Amino acid sequence: MTVNMSKGQAISLQKADGATLTAVRMGLGWQSAPRRGLFGSRTKEVDLDASAVLFADKQPVDVVFFRHLTSDDGSVRHTGDNLVGGAGQGGDDESILVDLQRVPVHIDQIVFTVNSFTGQTFAEVANAFCRLVDETNGQEMARYTLTGGGQYTAQIMAKVHRAGNGWQMTALGTPANGRTFQDLMPSIVPHL
Amino acid sequence: MTAELVRGQNHPLPQTRLEVRIAAGKPVVAGATLGDDQGKVRSADWVAHPAAPQMPGLEVSRQAAADHRLAVDLGAMPEAVHTVTVLLALPTGVGGPVRFGGLVAPFVAVTDLDGDEIATFTITDLDAESAVTALELYRRNGAWKVRAVGQGYAGGLAAMLHDQGLPEAATLATEINDAVARGMARSLTPPARTNGGDGRVRTATTGGEPTQGASAPGPAAAGATPAPIGAPDPSGADASAARSGGPVNYQHPGRRTTAPTPPPAASQPGPQGQPPRPVAGDAAGWTMEERLYNQVWGMFEDLARSTAAYRSAVDFADSRMEKELDAVLSDPRTRVGPLADAARTEARDKHTRLVEQARAVLDRDLAQLVAEAEVVEPALPPAYARWSSPVWQAYEVPMEMPMALRLGDLHLPERTDLRIPMIVRLPLERGLWVDSGRGGSSDAAMVDSTEMRRLAMESAVAHAARLIAVYPAGEFTVHVIDPAGAGAAALTPLTSTGVLPEAPALGARGVAAVLAKLTQRVDLVQMAVRSGAVDALPRDLDTAQQLLIVNDFPHGFDDRAVNQLRYLADEGPSVGVHLMMVADREDARAYGPVLDPLWRALLRVTPVADDHLADPWVGHAWTFEPSLAPQGSEVLTRVLSQVTRARESYGEHDIAD
Repeated sequence: MTVNMSKGQAISLQKADGATLTAVRMGLGWQSAPRRGLFGSRTKEVDLDASAVLFADKQPVDVVFFRHLTSDDGSVRHTGDNLVGGAGQGGDDESILVDLQRVPVHIDQIVFTVNSFTGQTFAEVANAFCRLVDETNGQEMARYTLTGGGQYTAQIMAKVHRAGNGWQMTALGTPANGRTFQDLMPSIVPHL
Repeated sequence: MTAELVRGQNHPLPQTRLEVRIAAGKPVVAGATLGDDQGKVRSADWVAHPAAPQMPGLEVSRQAAADHRLAVDLGAMPEAVHTVTVLLALPTGVGGPVRFGGLVAPFVAVTDLDGDEIATFTITDLDAESAVTALELYRRNGAWKVRAVGQGYAGGLAAMLHDQGLPEAATLATEINDAVARGMARSLTPPARTNGGDGRVRTATTGGEPTQGASAPGPAAAGATPAPIGAPDPSGADASAARSGGPVNYQHPGRRTTAPTPPPAASQPGPQGQPPRPVAGDAAGWTMEERLYNQVWGMFEDLARSTAAYRSAVDFADSRMEKELDAVLSDPRTRVGPLADAARTEARDKHTRLVEQARAVLDRDLAQLVAEAEVVEPALPPAYARWSSPVWQAYEVPMEMPMALRLGDLHLPERTDLRIPMIVRLPLERGLWVDSGRGGSSDAAMVDSTEMRRLAMESAVAHAARLIAVYPAGEFTVHVIDPAGAGAAALTPLTSTGVLPEAPALGARGVAAVLAKLTQRVDLVQMAVRSGAVDALPRDLDTAQQLLIVNDFPHGFDDRAVNQLRYLADEGPSVGVHLMMVADREDARAYGPVLDPLWRALLRVTPVADDHLADPWVGHAWTFEPSLAPQGSEVLTRVLSQVTRARESYGEHDIAD
């Protein structure tokens, strides 16, 4: 069952049968908004980049993005940079795999962000979404739609954090500005 | 609109903050030089390169890469600067391509900050050049323009910098090459990924949706040192094997001779709640050999990463405790008294709890890897197996080209009994240097110098014997230079079994003769490859891979011989001539820094345990131990005698033809 999340909403990452999750995938998909008028078919390519920052007690420890595709501990893997976005027809254009069992014990939060590397604002992006999938069975657990984007170039999407013995996901959906995750650090910190 | 420039064409730049993107297909060095109104580079400060990557308004990458993004802010350039030249160079001395002619034409684009291309330039028609000036950004009437240059230099960076008027061109070029080589020399080459996926994820992923965007290169693929251009690949050599011995093989050389063996049963899920029981060959690959190779590298990566997780957690626990103890101290109200003691105890307890937790997770991972090693180790074929393995007792001379070779074992201090086989791809991309010096590890310091040299020669012979044994008969030839005859005892397994075509070369005369022969072979094959006339090679040319073992360097070497050796180290690997130096670097100190590139081009291994090798993912220091025959074992002699017999019978076959 997919939950369509709204900003600030938190869900517990448990399987339907109550077992804890072992691996999740954060998928990101987008399409560049079509232009209108003459030469409208000449769409401008938009390069969105998904990143994940690993925190231990509010200290950034490691980051996974298109220039560092696997965290040193091997728990978080980026499947690779997509420079143009897809057809936006439901498939993920960039994915970050998280092996929750392998996340080092001191890491308590993983924050997922999206940046527009090519500088277009989210107003020029259509059908953008981020979703969390149970990687063991391919079932979508939560989906968060980015439409209605405004004049900003980045979003802090969601965080996955430890809660008791398991993990929880909280939708953040905070707009920010920046080209890569480094620019976003000041905006991430208040959400930890 | 993007302007596609041709050589010499120029184009106005609408803004001063730009990005220059470079795509070369193979790792290249990218840099930039600043020029004054005469186009002259005034000093080394005016060059941005990997050893000095930043200057006002300009930043280049610290290492060689297939793709570069250079940030340029022309507005931040000093007044005196009139040109900014973007240059590319091939990294030297690391076994990669040595001429741009062997690469796809490099592509350069100037883009604005939105990534929109302003001008692009594909540098075509490069040949023997190893450095090229790609673009020139220059001031014209107060505005900036870009010009496509594409001027190549066969003399490399030094020639290019000299041409731009830099007085200390040669020194700077060496410095740049060193910085790049330093970055590459220490790291082991990760395995080439044959499938698009990035590594393996150990958790079950059945039923998952296919991951989109997986076509983008993984980190390992992007960072992999390229196979040398023109290197005979195993399949091609397979074809020549068919030519030189045995019946003619009509099969396409690129096609596998055997149908892919069916994959082994997937690992069975263990009892409830237990991790699955490991199975040998549980990895991707067309053959069992390839699957085991990938599995071993997977274990190597998993151990590196699990240990990284553990070390990172312990570091964090340490720094947190330190901070908390400091906080107790800095507050005058709580510095002494029971409250402070309680706070201190609490901080230490928190530390212990976290470290214990981290250790428990590490132990879980290690137990799984130990179990995997226990099933994988006995399943390894001779090329990957320890000399003590039973597969060497059942050894038969192989018919197929080997894929990789075990040089030794690797381990980390967290669990010293978990040994990962160190398996490198064949044909060797870099030569080997068996270090007989005592400079490195504490183990080496325990052994006296004579003993160290003996051990070094022994392990060199073990590596060479393994190479001879895992290639089909007649496909691997070993030459030995032992100027003073000091290695005679250690060389017995090679000399007594008749696998060497000639006795080890003695004295300066012997050194010169062997080097001259091999240098000539490299020249000949290179010329033939360059002119596309491989068929024109003399019929009696030995098509086998060649390995030259040099003991006691630089004993018996004059300047000419040293130059020939350097030439072999640089040019040999791409035409199947490899070097194994058994040497103490101190002995060659008199030659000064001219030999530095030689040492760096070789993969350093040690005859005793030593922690000098870095993994390609996290960069831990791994302890290497060479793969040696068990004490008193006759396995080397027996195996090599078998090779000699097999060669003889193939030789008869040839005559019968």
